[in-house]
Amino acid sequence: MAAPESYPEGLKYHAEHDWARVDGDEAVLGITWFAQDALGELVHYEAPAVGATIAKDAPYGEVESVKAVSDVIAPLSGEVLEVNQKAVDAPEVVNDDPYGGGWLVRIRLSDPSELDALLDVDAYKALLAEE
Amino acid sequence: MELIFEKSRPGRRAGTVPSYGLTAPDVPAELRRAHPPRLPEISEPELVRHFTALADRNFGVDTGFYPLGSCTMKHNPRANERAVGIPGFRDLHPHQEEDGAQGALELMWRLQEILAEVAGLPAVSLQPAAGSQGELTGLMLMRAYFADRGEDRDTIVTPDTAHGTNPASVTMAGYKLVKVGTDARGNLDLDDLRAKVDGRTAGLMLTNPSTLGLFDEGIEEVARIFKGAGALMYYDGANLNAVCGLSRPGDMGFDIVHINLHKTFSQPHGGGGPGGGPVAVRDMLEPFLPSPQVVRDGDRFRLDSDRPKSIGKVRGFAGPFGVFVRSYAYIRRYGPGLKEMSEAAVLNANYLLAKLRDAYDVPYDRHCMHEFVLSARNIKRDHGVSALDVAKRLMDFGIHPPTVYFPLVVPEALMIEPTETETKERLDEFVAAMLQIAREAAESPELLHDAPHVRPVVRLDEVKAAKRAIVKYGFEQHPDLAAEMAGTF
Amino acid sequence: MAFLSLTDADRAEMLAAIGVGSIDELFEQIPRGVRLGRELDLEPALSEAELMRHLEELAARNVHTGAELSFLGAGIYDHYVPAVVDAILSRGEFLTAYTPYQPEMSQGVLQSIFEYQTAICELTGMDVSNASGYDGTTVAADACFIAKHTTERTKVVLAEALNPQVRRVVKTYAPGFGLDVVEVPHRGGTTDPGEWRTACADAAIAIFQQPNFFGCLEPAPELAAAAESVGALAVAHVDLLSLGVLEAPGAYGCAMAIGEGQSAGTFMSYGGPNFGFLAARDEFIRRMPGRIVGETTDLKGERAFCLTLQTREQHIRREKATSNITTNQTLLALAGLVYLSWLGPQGLRELGETCMALGDYTKARLGAQLAFPDKATFKEIAIRTGRNAGEVIAAARERGVHPGYALGRDYEGLDDVLLVAVTERRTPTEIDRLAEVLAEVTG
Repeated sequence: MAAPESYPEGLKYHAEHDWARVDGDEAVLGITWFAQDALGELVHYEAPAVGATIAKDAPYGEVESVKAVSDVIAPLSGEVLEVNQKAVDAPEVVNDDPYGGGWLVRIRLSDPSELDALLDVDAYKALLAEE
Repeated sequence: MELIFEKSRPGRRAGTVPSYGLTAPDVPAELRRAHPPRLPEISEPELVRHFTALADRNFGVDTGFYPLGSCTMKHNPRANERAVGIPGFRDLHPHQEEDGAQGALELMWRLQEILAEVAGLPAVSLQPAAGSQGELTGLMLMRAYFADRGEDRDTIVTPDTAHGTNPASVTMAGYKLVKVGTDARGNLDLDDLRAKVDGRTAGLMLTNPSTLGLFDEGIEEVARIFKGAGALMYYDGANLNAVCGLSRPGDMGFDIVHINLHKTFSQPHGGGGPGGGPVAVRDMLEPFLPSPQVVRDGDRFRLDSDRPKSIGKVRGFAGPFGVFVRSYAYIRRYGPGLKEMSEAAVLNANYLLAKLRDAYDVPYDRHCMHEFVLSARNIKRDHGVSALDVAKRLMDFGIHPPTVYFPLVVPEALMIEPTETETKERLDEFVAAMLQIAREAAESPELLHDAPHVRPVVRLDEVKAAKRAIVKYGFEQHPDLAAEMAGTF
Repeated sequence: MAFLSLTDADRAEMLAAIGVGSIDELFEQIPRGVRLGRELDLEPALSEAELMRHLEELAARNVHTGAELSFLGAGIYDHYVPAVVDAILSRGEFLTAYTPYQPEMSQGVLQSIFEYQTAICELTGMDVSNASGYDGTTVAADACFIAKHTTERTKVVLAEALNPQVRRVVKTYAPGFGLDVVEVPHRGGTTDPGEWRTACADAAIAIFQQPNFFGCLEPAPELAAAAESVGALAVAHVDLLSLGVLEAPGAYGCAMAIGEGQSAGTFMSYGGPNFGFLAARDEFIRRMPGRIVGETTDLKGERAFCLTLQTREQHIRREKATSNITTNQTLLALAGLVYLSWLGPQGLRELGETCMALGDYTKARLGAQLAFPDKATFKEIAIRTGRNAGEVIAAARERGVHPGYALGRDYEGLDDVLLVAVTERRTPTEIDRLAEVLAEVTG
C-alpha cells in the first residue's frame, strides 16, 4: 500500500522531486512522496551501474509505472557506491516507503558545496503548494 | 479462452504443400534448423472456430458506436474490400514492369490529384505507411529544404494539445521541441507563440481543428508569424474529416500536410493497421519528396526515381497500394460531396455536445467541429467518479468508450468524435447512456467503479502486465497467473 | 449521399437542439479568408456499380500473376494464400476495430497479437516481438534506433547483399538519428566474414540478410559472431518461410531478427499493405518500438491480455518515445498468424524443402548460367543471361513469361543477371517453360 503523504525533516530536496540524505561525504538518494504519487504504482526501476558517475540536475536512472516513465534526476553529483536491489526487484517498495526501504542509490559526493543549492523541507513544500 | 498453442495436438495440420515428387537438397549443417518451431498443430475447422471465437470477443465499427476522438471511426464500405480483391490489383507484383502496371499507376496518380485538391497543395507522395510516418517524412522534408538553403534551424513548435506522435516524430527527425500554450478559447496562445518563434524555428506542427475539436480562429495570424520567421508549417491531418471541401490546409497557410487514409478516407483500422499517411506539399518542397514518385507522361504513367534532391525512401515500393485502392474507391463515391461528409460530421458532433453540456463539464464554450472534449471533473469532484469509470460503464451499454485522458490540457477528458456515418438514433442512444451514467455517478457510483460488468473480461490488472511482462506463450514453462491470483482472493 | 443517413427532419431537430438556424453557423469559426468558397474540383460521385466498373477497367490494365507466368521475387513473393485467411480477415470485428486501448472490448485482437508475438519468437528464437512494423524496410530503421540507444555508438553496418530498398530506407532515417551507414560489399553472392568483422568495429548494429537478396545462404552464424565479438548488435533480416529449414537467428547469436512478413499469408497487392516483424532478446524489451501485448488477469482472476509497456510508446512518453509508430499493421500480422497456424511446423518445413527442391530443379535446367555457382540457395537463383537483363525481360514477356528481377538495377557488374524466384506455386513444368523461353531469347 502506498504511504501517506510526508516530507521528512532532515532531508534535502530537489525541485524535480528527489531527496538526498547526507551522511558525511556520502548521500542516499530517492524520489519524494509527490513523485511516486504522480506516477502511480511503479513497475520498473532502471538503475545506474555501481561505479558510474552521476551529475547534479542530470538523469541517472528511470522509474516506470503503467502511466508514465520518468527520468530520476540527481540532486547531487558523485560516484554510485550501491544500488538498492530491493527497488530493482520489487519497485513498489518505492511507493510503500519512498524515504526508507524505497531508496534508489548511495553515492560518494564529488562536490559537497552543491548541497547549498538544495531545498530544505519547508522550501520544497512551498514549491509543491505552487504546483 | 485457450490460446491457439494450447489447442495444438501433435500430428494435426490444416494446410498441405505440394512436393512435385522432388527431393530437397540438404541444408548445410551449420545453417540447418535444429529444433522445429512450436507453431500450432491444428485442423482447419478448429482454426476457423478459434478465430471466430476471438472475433466474438472483439468490438468493431461494424458492431456498434465507436466515438474515439481523432480516430474517425466511420463506416468502412464493403465495396472497398471487393475492390482490393480484384486480381488485377491483388495479384500484381510490385516489381512488375511499368507497362504491365498502368492501371495501378493511374489509380495512384488519380489519388494524388484528388488529395492535392483536398489539401490545397500541388505535390503529393503516397509513400508513407501511416500518419506518424507521414509526420516523420514531413519533418525530413523540412530538414532537407533548409539544408538546401544553407539555413541552420533546429526547433519545431507544437501546441500542448498535440497528438503524442508529434513530439516523438520531432525527436526521431533530430529536432528539438518547443511547446506553445492554448488560450481560453482553445486557440493557440499568440503571445506565447510570438515569444517562441525565431530564426532557429524550422516549423510548426499543428492539427486544425485541434485535438479539442476547435478550429483555430487565429490561424491567419499564426501563418503570418511563421512566414515572417521564414519557417514552414506542417498540418497533422488527423482531423481533416472536419473540413473537406470547406477549408484546405494549403489555404490556411500550411506547406506540408499528411492525410490519414485510415481516418478520413475509410481504410479500415484493422485492430491497429494497416493505414496510409500520404503527404501533400507546396511546390518548393516537391524536389525533396520520397522516391519514386508516380508521374504522368501524356497518357502513360510511370515511377520517377530520378530525384537527386529526394530525402530518400521511407517505405518499400511506392506505398501501401491496397490502402490506395480503398481510399480512392471511397472518394469516388463522394466526389465534390466530400463537403457533405464533413458537414454531417460537424453537425453530429455539435448535436452531441448540445445534449451533453449540462451533465458534464465543457472546457471551451464554443461550437465544436467534428469532435469535442468533455471533462468529467465535475462528477469526479462531486461523486469520485472518473473519466475512466465513465468509459468502462459505457461498455455495458454496448458502446465503445471515447478517447479518455487526452488531450492533456483537459482534466478527466473524454474526447468524442461520432463521425458522419452515425444515424440520429445512434447519437440519441449515446446521449441516453451518458446521461444515465451521470445519474449513476450520483446515485450508485460503485456500479461505475466496478464497470464493465457484461464483457468477457472485467477490469484488468495493467500493473501486473507491465511488471511481469509476459509477452509470449511460454509453453511448458508458462506462468499460471490465474493460479497465482487464486491464493489472493 | 453515400453512407450518410441524416434526413431533412433529422437535420431540423438537431439544429434546433444545438440552437442554430443552419449548418453554416457551425462553420463561422473558420475565418473567411481560409474558406474554400467553391466546390471541390473532383469528378462527380459514382454509384457502387459504376465505381466497380471503373476499378475493373483500371485493374484490367495490370498484368497480374493470373495473366503471366512470373518468376518475380526480390522481397515480395507469390506464395499460396489459403482461403481461411480471407475469411478471418473479413470479420468486421477484426477489420473495423481500432487499436485495442480498451482491453475489455478488444480481447480478440489482443489475444491474436499475443499469439502472433509468440509465433514470431518461436520462428526467430527470440524472447520478445512487437505487434508488427510497417514493412520489412522500416523495421531495419527501428532496429537501428534501438541499437543507437543501447550501445551509444553511431555506426550502422549493412551487408550489400541486404535488400536494396531496406538499405535505402535505413539511409533515409539515419541522418535524423545521428547515425552513419557503411556497406560491406558482397563477394560472389555472399558476405565475407573477415571483411564484415573489420567493418563492425565501433558499430552499433550490423544487419545481414538470410537468405540474402540474391537468394544465397550467408555464413550467418559467422557473421553474427563477428559482429557481437566487437560489441555490435547482430541483426538478421530473414524470410519467415525459410525458418522451417534454416536455423533461427536467436540460436546462432543474433541480438534481433527482422524481416518482411508478406510471404506469410498476404497477397502481393503491388507492394502493400504488408507487415514488418521485429523480435529481440529479452534485454531489449523496454526499447522495443511499437505495441506489445502482455498477459495478465482481470479482477475476477480470468486470464486477459492488454497493451503493455505503453509508456515507451509515443502517446505517453512523447518526445522520449522509443518510436513514433502508432498505427502499425495489425490486420496483416493477423493474416500471418492464421497462415502460420494453417501451415503448422510440418507444413513450414515442407514448404521450405519444396522451395529448395524447386530451386535445385531450376539450377539443373539453367545450370550453365548461374551467377553464383558455388553458393547454396533457398528459393531464388541468380542467372546470367549474357544479354542486358531488361531486354531479356521484354522479350520473355512477349512470350508470356516474366523471367525475374533485373539485378543490374541495384548492383554493379550484374547487368545481365536475372533473379529468378521459385515458390511452391511454380511447378517443374513451369520451370521447363522458363528454361525454354530463356533459351529462345538469349540465343
